[in-house]
Amino acid sequence: MLRIEYVYWLCGALLLAASGFDLAARRYAPAAFWAIVAGCFFAADAVEAAAKVGNSLPAQLAGASVIALGLIAGSGALTRRAVTDEDNERRRASAERLRNWLFAPALAIPLVTLLLALAIPYLTFGGISVFDSRQPALIALGTACVISALAAMRLTRARPMTALHESSRLLDALSWAALLPMLLAMLGAVFAATGVGDAVAHLVSAAIPTQSRDACVLAYALGMALFTMIMGNAFAAFPVMTAGIGLPLLIGEHHAHAAVVGALGMLCGYCGTLVTPMAANFNVVPAVLLELRDPNGVIRAQWPTAVILFAANVILLDWLAFR
Amino acid sequence: MNYWPLLGIAVVVFGFALRLNPALVVVVAGIASGLLAGLSIPDLLALLGRSFVSNRALLILVLTLPTIGLLERAGLRERAHAWIAGMRRLTFARLLIAYLALRQILSTFGLNNIAGHPQTVRPLLAPMAEAAAAKIDPELAEGERERVKALAAGTDNVGLFFGEDVFIAFGGVLLIQAFFSQHGIELDPRSIAIWALPTAIAAFVIHALRILWFQRKLRRAVDARAGREANAAD
Repeated sequence: MLRIEYVYWLCGALLLAASGFDLAARRYAPAAFWAIVAGCFFAADAVEAAAKVGNSLPAQLAGASVIALGLIAGSGALTRRAVTDEDNERRRASAERLRNWLFAPALAIPLVTLLLALAIPYLTFGGISVFDSRQPALIALGTACVISALAAMRLTRARPMTALHESSRLLDALSWAALLPMLLAMLGAVFAATGVGDAVAHLVSAAIPTQSRDACVLAYALGMALFTMIMGNAFAAFPVMTAGIGLPLLIGEHHAHAAVVGALGMLCGYCGTLVTPMAANFNVVPAVLLELRDPNGVIRAQWPTAVILFAANVILLDWLAFR
Repeated sequence: MNYWPLLGIAVVVFGFALRLNPALVVVVAGIASGLLAGLSIPDLLALLGRSFVSNRALLILVLTLPTIGLLERAGLRERAHAWIAGMRRLTFARLLIAYLALRQILSTFGLNNIAGHPQTVRPLLAPMAEAAAAKIDPELAEGERERVKALAAGTDNVGLFFGEDVFIAFGGVLLIQAFFSQHGIELDPRSIAIWALPTAIAAFVIHALRILWFQRKLRRAVDARAGREANAAD
């Protein structure tokens, strides 16, 4: 059976390859950086299994690695390499030769993911499913990436070594930004475990005039958007703000529809996601991937949509929740 | 209530404002918040490590890099550029609005992973958007080129965010349902997803209008420049 762990091990192998190429080129800081991340990927199963039986030593070692990663990134030793190589002539000639075939492996990633995601429940062999059904979307994506990489190697007549070299080059270009989504998700978990959310909800609900319905609606919507901006993730903000304001004030005191409060509250949070660097995988990583000089370029392109849509959400919430 | 862990948020805000390395700022904020909440150092390390590795799905974009890297080396972006340049009727706004609609419809059906910044925006959408903008203004300035690429990335985000909440098996909808269920309110996921629909439509209309507005500004800039050149020639 194809398990989700294999997908993660493959990620670990690509990270290790990046470390190897950096080491060979005597770029020691990125070599150490990627080696530590790869180590976390290979050790992740052991960390989770040990934590279940109450042994927290592997998790503590992983925690120490996280601190090391932060220090390497903060030391400024991870100089980003240019994303595109300089050989424009060769690329233009190759594009002229392969023409639209070049799109095929790129489009194979989404299309194979889609087909596999739909087919996974039916793919069984002798009563055992071929794919692990725990995280079908991620397994489908992982398998699609392998298939499309093979197709790309065949199409461009490249050796596997070249594919590894290319992925390492892109990883070095992304540098610490590639890791930011994981680090921010970690911070969200730490904030949740240390009661930061409850403290915020407490402060907000102490500051608003609770007898005014409109004030409560606005406080809930703004609270969702702002706390999402801090956490970088509407999912982390939702339980905190809804337990602090949504449930007691909107639903309890002013008799709002729970389904409407839930749906629109979450969407107010999404408007916050569009304008925060904390949502790194949506706002910071693309700025690096697209080689924007302004690290906040994507946020600059999104904020007008976010502000207008937030206003629309507040109006919808005020109207639909109290019919 | 212990308000001290809130200083972790202050670390994040100041760290980002002072433009310190974000990875370091985030790690320091986590340590600060944990220590101020009274966690012991071994417990704090374990909390950091456990929550870091359990979120490793967020680095899965690494798997797309060999394909994207090989294709880019073979001229994928150049080809995407040439393909759009050859299509007369495909304007900048039509390209981005069609992508927005497609992305939103696909994620309404739960197909979020099939597009994204590494998979589709960098290799395909961004060079196509640049080519489409260059059809309007062949002398596209560097600043405008940046805004075109950023708008392409933003279009992917808006399409994803405001489509996925309409899908009933999406984590967000299930989170809302689970939360209310914990607090004694039983809701049908369909009744939650349906209330995300008005916002989904509003998001499409608002962002599509902004794309059209951006295209109009590009056209106006070209017309103004042509007007100046015509005046200079007189």
